[in-house]
Amino acid sequence: MSIEAKGPSEHGDARPALPAGPTELDAEGLRTRRMVINLGPSHPATHGVTKFIVELDGETITDTKIEIGYLHRGFEKSCESVTWTQCFPYTDRLNYVSSIMNNVGFALAVEKLCRLDIPERAKWLRVISSEMHRICDHLTMVGAMGMELGAFTVFLYGIEARDLLWDRLTELCGARLTSNYVRIGGVARDLPDGWIEKTRRSLARAAELREEIGGLLIRNRIFMDRTRGTGVVTRAQALDFGFTGPCLRASGEPYDLRKAAPYLVYDQVEFDVPVGKNGDNFDRFLMRMEEMRQSERILEQCFQKIPAGDIVVDDVRYVLPPKPQVYGTIEGAMGHFKLIMEGIKVPAGEAYSYTEAANGELGFYLVSDGGGRPYKLGLRAPGWPLVSALPYVMKGSLLADLVPTYDSVNMIGGEVEQ
Amino acid sequence: MSADLDVVPGITTRREEAMSTLQKLVSAPLGWARKYSLYQYPFVTACCGIEYMSLACARYDVARFGAEIPRFSPRQADLLLVVGTVNCKQAPVLKRVFEQMAEPKWVIAFGVCASSGGFYDNYATVQGIDRVIPVDVYIPGCPPRPEQVLDGLMLLQKKIQGQKHTLIDRQALPAGTGRGP
Amino acid sequence: MSKAVIDALVARFPDAVHDPYVGVGGDDCAFVRKERIADVCRFLKEDPALDFNQAPYVTAVDYLGVEPRFEVVYNLTSTSKNHRIRLRVKVPEDDCQIPSVWGVWRGVDWFERYCWDMYGIRFPGHPDHRRLFMYDEFQGHPLRKDYPLRGRQPLVPERPVEEIYRGPGPGGRD
Repeated sequence: MSIEAKGPSEHGDARPALPAGPTELDAEGLRTRRMVINLGPSHPATHGVTKFIVELDGETITDTKIEIGYLHRGFEKSCESVTWTQCFPYTDRLNYVSSIMNNVGFALAVEKLCRLDIPERAKWLRVISSEMHRICDHLTMVGAMGMELGAFTVFLYGIEARDLLWDRLTELCGARLTSNYVRIGGVARDLPDGWIEKTRRSLARAAELREEIGGLLIRNRIFMDRTRGTGVVTRAQALDFGFTGPCLRASGEPYDLRKAAPYLVYDQVEFDVPVGKNGDNFDRFLMRMEEMRQSERILEQCFQKIPAGDIVVDDVRYVLPPKPQVYGTIEGAMGHFKLIMEGIKVPAGEAYSYTEAANGELGFYLVSDGGGRPYKLGLRAPGWPLVSALPYVMKGSLLADLVPTYDSVNMIGGEVEQ
Repeated sequence: MSADLDVVPGITTRREEAMSTLQKLVSAPLGWARKYSLYQYPFVTACCGIEYMSLACARYDVARFGAEIPRFSPRQADLLLVVGTVNCKQAPVLKRVFEQMAEPKWVIAFGVCASSGGFYDNYATVQGIDRVIPVDVYIPGCPPRPEQVLDGLMLLQKKIQGQKHTLIDRQALPAGTGRGP
Repeated sequence: MSKAVIDALVARFPDAVHDPYVGVGGDDCAFVRKERIADVCRFLKEDPALDFNQAPYVTAVDYLGVEPRFEVVYNLTSTSKNHRIRLRVKVPEDDCQIPSVWGVWRGVDWFERYCWDMYGIRFPGHPDHRRLFMYDEFQGHPLRKDYPLRGRQPLVPERPVEEIYRGPGPGGRD
């Protein structure tokens, strides 16, 4: 009886060919053959839709082929047909667990092309909201990793902590998940009254839940057995594969864009950059936990240091004028009309701007032809090199190690499949 | 509300929709049982999946509606919860999963991408999953708040209660089914 | 900061690297001829003073109406020396291929597949040259400027849903 990969070939995916020829006799004289199984594209791990075609020799993975594209939503082509400001909701839905960081990355890229300098308060607000969403992203990753290894309680705690932070972000941005908070030239809304106090309390409670998660998992025999020593990526391999972000730092390379090329106000806050040693799943998990603590440190300093001031530039070429001016003066009305109908006129040229998102280097490569719509909006998704390296990382490991490895690289479907 | 149209009225003008008293005695408890024990298949693709995670967890508990357990095999599920954008590459997969489910089955289009394509009107996306499979309840929102999803779930429950349920399903099988290669 | 890199590059490859310029925000960029891109990248990686150990972003741009039509853009970074440059390579439409740099950095694997899938630029030397996002039955390369935005090629026949308006969409585009 042979096990063959029967599956829908209506989308003609390339599968590794079943090893042809007679079956071999193994050490005990039993006839064996490699098995090809299909994981996905609709599978329980809520990381987005990816199809793994795994070739197994018993329980050992000999080859993996990853098929993506099941969530490709045409982000770049859609952005080429709308104005620069209308791109923000599209960028939200890239890394949907930490959407403000996508917004910030895109806004920084456009402002680089426009040579625009934003007010101080707007910079601090962007950092505050980015770091809060970074904590949310790491909580989701930690919770999902626990759940997929069997620890469902960890998931509940993680999601509760995330919900607490989302309540605060709802008060700030208007939406829990896809926030659309940043504008070209600043941010959309200012902090509500008493928000900082409430956020301190929410962060404290979320930190308690996070420490409980740590207590449940870090010294847990099952968790350690499954994640220590699995999915090992050495430092040289990580650099060669193009890893950035927490996964690169877990392999031992201390490269963080917030320190190497500081943007916004990251040079005015003090924080440490944790660096791992082994590059296995356990290190990547611990990296996320430690980064959450550092993010809370950054947030506390931001709450103390944020200055008063404007939240957007006062320039009618980039920002909608206030409503009294729109209805009262002719310049306001004209500026409003031109911005809505034609969009922001970004000078012609090209720029690549990069930020440290929750998963790594999030880059936007913009080409503008001087008009109100992007000519090209290229996204450098931090998850791409991480997922494309998985076949090499998984070669020779057990099938059961695929799940923690896939979780620990924190692949977010929206950005990998754009 | 549109859900009221799906409730079979006591007096009806169409003979096949009318239920005798005995049928109503059977249908009402069956409907009650089915609506409060939905086994969902979360066909999660995109950002709405993150709201689905929130929905399934402790705060916006979907377990209190009886719909807690996600069954990751379509054969064992009766509610297909299509969460997130379905694009042209994923559409055959969705159709296959839907066809594997056994009757009675219901479909909820969770999120505006599943309902109508959302704002992704381009070469890659299907403009609403109702172009691929029939849908019972549409929950718009990008992503919808968990309260909105629970409202949609309650709408579905009202619809299920109003449908005609029988103990033995005497529908003819579609042509071409049966044993054979 | 990275100006020294560009100067070293121009000195080493005077025939292949031309028109260096300083872009917006201080980015150091240069144009490279497409036949020599693999040699240039290998030099950038292996030279100990330059040490460009990562290529975080490789993409293509379609300048429809300009000859040569495509441009492949390489953004390179060095984590140890902390400098970045950008290399732009013009690719004409009739000879739409460029040597792959997969042998230099394995991380450009999916970026080159993306350029093939979305723009139709071939990379001889790439080990796994197939589409990345679109399915194999898809005809055409979607991100080219002459491909319509709403050019759907459905795999499953769509159900007849008469009540839904299936017009061309807002603004009458495409």
